[in-house]
Amino acid sequence: MSWTKKHLLDIESLTAAEILTVLDTARGFKAVGERAIKKVPALRGKTVVNLFVEPSTRTRTSFELAATRLSADVINFSADASSFKKGETLKDTALNLEALNADFIIIRHSASGAPHFLSRVLNAHVINAGDGAHEHPTQAFLDTFTIREKKGKIAGLNVTILGDILYSRVARSDIWALTKLGANVTLCGPSTLVPKTFEQMGCRVTYDVDEAIREADVINLLRIQHERQRKAMFPSIGEYAQLFGLNQDRLARTKPDAIIMHPGPINRGVEIDSELADSDRSVILEQVTNGLAVRMAVLFLVNGGKAVAEAAQ
Amino acid sequence: MSETTILLDASAIQRALTRIAHEIAERNEQSSGVALVGIPTGGDHLAARLAKILVGIWHHPVPVGILDTTMHRDDLDQRVAPQMHPTDIPFDVNGKTIVLVDDVLFSGRTTRAAMDALNDFGRPRKIQLAVLIDRGHRELPIKADFIGKNVPTALDEKISLRLTESGAAQDEVILKKQ
Repeated sequence: MSWTKKHLLDIESLTAAEILTVLDTARGFKAVGERAIKKVPALRGKTVVNLFVEPSTRTRTSFELAATRLSADVINFSADASSFKKGETLKDTALNLEALNADFIIIRHSASGAPHFLSRVLNAHVINAGDGAHEHPTQAFLDTFTIREKKGKIAGLNVTILGDILYSRVARSDIWALTKLGANVTLCGPSTLVPKTFEQMGCRVTYDVDEAIREADVINLLRIQHERQRKAMFPSIGEYAQLFGLNQDRLARTKPDAIIMHPGPINRGVEIDSELADSDRSVILEQVTNGLAVRMAVLFLVNGGKAVAEAAQ
Repeated sequence: MSETTILLDASAIQRALTRIAHEIAERNEQSSGVALVGIPTGGDHLAARLAKILVGIWHHPVPVGILDTTMHRDDLDQRVAPQMHPTDIPFDVNGKTIVLVDDVLFSGRTTRAAMDALNDFGRPRKIQLAVLIDRGHRELPIKADFIGKNVPTALDEKISLRLTESGAAQDEVILKKQ
């Protein structure tokens, strides 16, 4: 077990062993979060910049708290208040932040590949907090962490991801992580949002919801990303809820111990019935708790990592 | 070519632990306020074994905990992130005499980290340090209260330990010359 990467840019380039290193480390940090004193000095004196060029509350707050619990100083930099509105480029903004001696830059951006670009122009550690429809690696860590905690393993489990796959960075990161760890991944949703091309990532695509969830150990629901859709991909929200939403009837036909996950924010009554979201099958709030632990683990691990060129010296 | 010497075999380890336990008992007349805290990996097994011997001396249960020092290390940005170990301190450390237990005392930096980590759990009345091997080369003003064996070493030598929680015939402490 060792993590030598300087940045966390995506799940695709990680090995199964690296993913498991993050999950094992996160288990330690989850225990730290249960102590009376929840703060440890691992990143004392370091500066973490949350560079969120796309709105987010949950991920930004989670990263902010993770960095604070590791004793780092945190600066939040949001798109509305920033110079982007005045026409500054991403590179210039990032270089300015680095000139203030930022050690970590956590970036969320609507353009796929923005974190990879920053990792080439900055000396700071770069962590991808979601780039366009490309990847959201820490979400994949917290999802696999939660599954492993609930089910004791990941290899051999049937995981169904249901909803808007096409525009979802969560789906892409989850598929990479789950298939690398040996789960059987099934994708389901309206055919306009679940193209068959996803089968190239090593998963199964089906448009029959009941079949997709019948043998599932884990049902991961995704939100319809209205903000990324350029045109209507299905007739109406009501029809989506009727055809693909998770309700009592559908759940009754699944394995009795299948868990329900959702990366949030939930649209109650659309992808999931309100009472199911609050039921004991749902692990949605535990995902939030675990998100904090995996983000602490990521910050802690990349802190010890070096770029390939630096490591060779 | 590396040269190896056995420093302690299984029975020597057990004898050293028995002596350390008696020294701990001698130093701490108020036995009810004493708890052992092992530093992984190695120290946690030794703490469990010392506690077992102390129970035989004191005839009452001796609390044992495990304390991970990873988060309090002073070299975290100079190396690949070290592996975390679970921390489990199932008792209140406030007012207790805590005996930190480690396998090898070397630079003293782990002991420093352990004392800082312990502070997050409360304020012990006293902290004492028990080690199986003291190999010298201190980089901090730290000294052990209870020592199994003093071993003068060169910096390029390595000490490796094979320890089990309840003690086994294969247990040994080896010195390797590079």
